[in-house]
Amino acid sequence: MYNSYCAIHAMLTCIILSCPVCVCCSRRLHGRYHELAPHLVPMDYTRNPDVKVPLSLIVNMPELKENPFRNRIVEAFSEDGLGNLSFNDFVDMFSVLSETAPRELKAIYAFKIYDFNVDNFICKEDLEKTLNKLTKEELTQEEVDLVCGKTIEESDLDGDNKLSFADFENMISRAPEFLR
Amino acid sequence: MSEGEMAALKEEVEEKKKMIATMRNKPWRMKRRLIMLKECQQFVEKFEGALGKGKGRRLYAFKVMMAKKWIKFKRDFENFKTACIPWERKIKEVESHFGSSVASYFIFLRWMYGLNLILFGFVFGLVVIPEVLMGLPYGTIPRKTVPRAEQARAMDFSVLFEFGGYCKYSVLFYGFYNDKRTIGLLQFRLPLSYLLVGIGIFGYSLMVVIRTMARNANEGGDGGEDGAFTFSWKMFTSWDYLIGNPETADNKYASITTSFKESIVDLKEQQKDENIHLRRFLRLLANLLILCTLAGSGYLIYFVVKRSQEFAEKDEEDLTWMEKNEVEFVMSLLGLACPPLFETIAELEDYHPRIALKWQLGRIFALFLGNLYTFLFALFDEVQAKLEREKDIKNATLWAYNEYYNNYTLHHNLTTDIPPPDIDPADVIRGPCWETGVGIEFVKLTVSDIQVSYLTILVGDFLRAVTVRFLNYCWCWDLEAGFPSYAEFDISGNVLGLIFNQGMICGKEKMYDVVIETIDRDLPDFMGTIFSYASNPGLIMPAVLLMVLAIYYLNAVSKAYQQANLDLKKKMQMARDEERNRRNNKASTNQVMKDLEDLLPNKDLIPPPEPEKPEEPPKDQAKGAKSPKVSGKAGSAANGKGVNVQKDVSLAAANPNGAVTSPPRARGANADRGPSPGPGRERSKKPRN
Repeated sequence: MYNSYCAIHAMLTCIILSCPVCVCCSRRLHGRYHELAPHLVPMDYTRNPDVKVPLSLIVNMPELKENPFRNRIVEAFSEDGLGNLSFNDFVDMFSVLSETAPRELKAIYAFKIYDFNVDNFICKEDLEKTLNKLTKEELTQEEVDLVCGKTIEESDLDGDNKLSFADFENMISRAPEFLR
Repeated sequence: MSEGEMAALKEEVEEKKKMIATMRNKPWRMKRRLIMLKECQQFVEKFEGALGKGKGRRLYAFKVMMAKKWIKFKRDFENFKTACIPWERKIKEVESHFGSSVASYFIFLRWMYGLNLILFGFVFGLVVIPEVLMGLPYGTIPRKTVPRAEQARAMDFSVLFEFGGYCKYSVLFYGFYNDKRTIGLLQFRLPLSYLLVGIGIFGYSLMVVIRTMARNANEGGDGGEDGAFTFSWKMFTSWDYLIGNPETADNKYASITTSFKESIVDLKEQQKDENIHLRRFLRLLANLLILCTLAGSGYLIYFVVKRSQEFAEKDEEDLTWMEKNEVEFVMSLLGLACPPLFETIAELEDYHPRIALKWQLGRIFALFLGNLYTFLFALFDEVQAKLEREKDIKNATLWAYNEYYNNYTLHHNLTTDIPPPDIDPADVIRGPCWETGVGIEFVKLTVSDIQVSYLTILVGDFLRAVTVRFLNYCWCWDLEAGFPSYAEFDISGNVLGLIFNQGMICGKEKMYDVVIETIDRDLPDFMGTIFSYASNPGLIMPAVLLMVLAIYYLNAVSKAYQQANLDLKKKMQMARDEERNRRNNKASTNQVMKDLEDLLPNKDLIPPPEPEKPEEPPKDQAKGAKSPKVSGKAGSAANGKGVNVQKDVSLAAANPNGAVTSPPRARGANADRGPSPGPGRERSKKPRN
């Protein structure tokens, strides 16, 4: 039933990721992927089908359901930016979210996730959206402004009033609790 | 093939291999990675064989095959090791329900369990088992048998519970041995093994602790200052990605909100002015009170231990249960009641919560340490008393021996080759062995501590939770919100408790060290001066061990600093390059930036809605103009023009879109797009949640 595509994919994934994603893990991932949209995802991947599972189905996975950034996470890993994940993207997402992914990789994807308007910078509006998601909009507007202002003040090194990847990476690499 | 060509080929093969190894660190899409990987692997396979020639080729191929097998074996072993970690599933469940800090307590507990298991294995394997297997039936010297007087009661449960009776003389309590160097068939050097095991355990625990500390210091960044990135870290790292439970998620939201509010208040307060003198006075007062409490608890323990010695003189039957277990009872109670007391006193001090927590932990630490040392101190007196008795018994034994030999000589007219007195081991008189006594005390303490912990958990947490949950339906005020509510999981308190239980075990070993050395030197002579104790190798060896470990730790920390330095230098270099490129308006040469660009969503995959078509061309240019750092390479990669092998080259790559010359216009186009979103185009306006 699990044919050559799956096996090859598993082997390559295993080598690339060098993490305990053995054949059984890859099968399990494929099983989860299939569960999300059984009518859409074929069990047989020999013909290399171009199948994508839409955003709304993925964000209901138990691992992501409670995460305030779930939409952004799925969008960050999708090729078209709208959140439709192919199986490759799906595996990518979980491999980066896993504990064994290297710190630099996580920093890169974290930057993408927090960049709401996808302009390769984290500007004040992005920060405001992040904060509101984190606190479920419990803070007053004045407090939100204060916090966002302080954040930019702390991390912005090149003085353009927004965080570029270099600023972000500089700040996050010192954070003690970043790995999760 | 010439030498040069072969060398170049070899280098390329090495490079491809390196690329395969580091592939998982690159932020590429999966498809790109797979293509890349296939390419590299084919290249390596094709040319690897060609590098060896004749016999050399066979050896080379063999080496390569062995390397591959070794890698596969290592990978399987890693998988196996990960699967073997006990309780991993349960800890992950706890993590998803309660967050990662609570789970970290259990991870620490598991680590300690492993450590203790290893220590136990050492002691058991190297000391107890040889004794059991190869010693005489009841141990190598008569001391180890149950004296006849006690034999009658030795199996009673109450006596066993106090660790007297058979337990006392059992294999687990051996702390002494005779002066024979080796025992049994295999000539196992028992005394030496005692000594080495004692030191080994001590050294091993220290080494493991320091090694873990060093490793954590390395990973946790360079221990940067607390105040540098407060808000940024709160913003980006406070969410716990492993939470899967809605209740926990709500709690987390609330705690994040609170933490932000706290920081805001902090920020505002820094600008306020306070009455410094009143504050200082109050803090001084609080510290004085705490010192008094600590002194009081120390005195209480001393007093109780003294009393227990008096009780020991009396007959067992007359004592009540309370009097027998007084010491342990008092110590556990102190450990329970003092920390809340400290917390109440600390209200006077008005510190920032985190600093207050540090003070609190420090005080609890001082309390436990003080208690432990007072306990030891008090026991030392008991030890002296026992030593005195030992001396008496020794004299008595010598006298008895002399008598026996004289009698024998008298009756049988022999002066040489007198057979040793034939007394059943049980009847030999012996004095109290103080090591065993102290050991028993510690074990009793540990056991009673465990009992008290169970009781507290049962009553304090479980019963409380049950009461609150059920009584809440019929009680006047909201039990869950106000008093008593559910008990919080006091992480720091529990961790401290764990450490102290461990410390009690180590306290016992240390004493064995000193004593074993003296016994080794001259068996009957227990009286040594303080001076001889100090120059005792038994004390010097741990000291040397400690110094070695300190050197190891400092070495590890310095390595972490070096790494941090290198990182900083790299960043400075990157910043300078960016600056230079920006000034010269060339495409970015930074590999990371290029990769980031490739990760941006593929615009061609979005079906463009009909009326918006004319905006397509400016969109491309707008993207290119967004920032001079972002190169136009994105366009080419997004079109799927194929993937080049990107080497780390510091030449500017050709910019397919041409030099960016019209920022303002493009910005304008960008701004136009902003406020008036197209029906399906503006991604950022998509409804969330």
